[in-house]
Amino acid sequence: MVDRITLQVARYRPDQETEPVLQSYEVPLRKEWAVLDGLNYIKDQLDGTLSYRWSCRMGICGSCGMTINGEPQLSCATFLTDYAPGPVRVEPLRNFPVIRDLVVEIDDFMRKLTKVKPWLIREEDEPLEDGEYLQTPSEMDDYRKYSMCINCMLCYSACPVYALDPEFIGPAAIALAQRYNLDSRDEGAEDRRDVLASAEGVWACTFVGECSTACPKGVDPAGAIQRYKLTAATRSLKDFLLPWRAR
Amino acid sequence: MTTAPRLYRKPISTFWWLRRRSYFVFVLRELSSVFVAWFVVYLLFLVTAVSSGTAEYERFLNWSAGPWVLALNAITLVFVLLHAVTWFNLAPRAIVVRVRSWRVPPVLILALHYLLWGLLSAIVLWVVLR
Repeated sequence: MVDRITLQVARYRPDQETEPVLQSYEVPLRKEWAVLDGLNYIKDQLDGTLSYRWSCRMGICGSCGMTINGEPQLSCATFLTDYAPGPVRVEPLRNFPVIRDLVVEIDDFMRKLTKVKPWLIREEDEPLEDGEYLQTPSEMDDYRKYSMCINCMLCYSACPVYALDPEFIGPAAIALAQRYNLDSRDEGAEDRRDVLASAEGVWACTFVGECSTACPKGVDPAGAIQRYKLTAATRSLKDFLLPWRAR
Repeated sequence: MTTAPRLYRKPISTFWWLRRRSYFVFVLRELSSVFVAWFVVYLLFLVTAVSSGTAEYERFLNWSAGPWVLALNAITLVFVLLHAVTWFNLAPRAIVVRVRSWRVPPVLILALHYLLWGLLSAIVLWVVLR
């Protein structure tokens, strides 16, 4: 006989409910099954109306972030056996509006992401025939950690500052801005400064640190934010002391 | 015709900060700024008392020895320590120093902060007790 475990899944069907309700499903408990496999079993075998996002099943696409037993997790990287004998509570990511069941609206994050210009900015591109922009391993180490971000938004879900002040640019967007600011090939730090050094930027963060705890890729957004605070403060001081050199 | 979906926004509980230890510490740290401000005010009282002569200074000392002021200052000390320790824990994350290609280890940056704190405290103690 196959062991089974109960998943208590938050259901929100806007045409039927005014707020989410928990619905229980029994799924097989297999040692290689993640919570996402349990949800796929429900979708395929028990209830085809359940809605949730997923794609790669291997912690790369960042689509399947959910609140599992109260913690923000990637459902593809969270194994059912770790919660045996259950039940396992599966809810949508906190701090985001819920569209349906486990699907949240991510427009706010997408808007903020583009605001920090997360791409290489060059004042002038080198001629193509000069070849690629070279970088030493040590230069790459400066930003490599931040480049691991998969935009899963678990950090936003864990952040109480974002919950209280939705204008906060947020952990992942700032970490990604730092990913480019610290890249030796990038020249866009000044372009990102107005957004990052604003009240809704790094200064809104009060270093709770939960974003770094929640991050499944070891990005350390809290560290990125604190580091930029020092950069922003140093630059403001320089602008004050050497106004003729300011932008 | 399509209509925008009716989104569900979960209200934030008044006691959200009791849900996790890290949230609770965060709220305590935010609160600690009030106590830091009180120590600044207390220091200004002390400076005023010292500059106003012996009688005024004696009066300040008597007032400070009162149970309420003593209790308030003891609580303030605990909060200021929390403020300082959490601030120091943040420092190595914010300060990334490279000497040529060698990155100064975070633990060394933290140790230097505590060393400087100890040194300054020792100087203050020496000034007060000498």
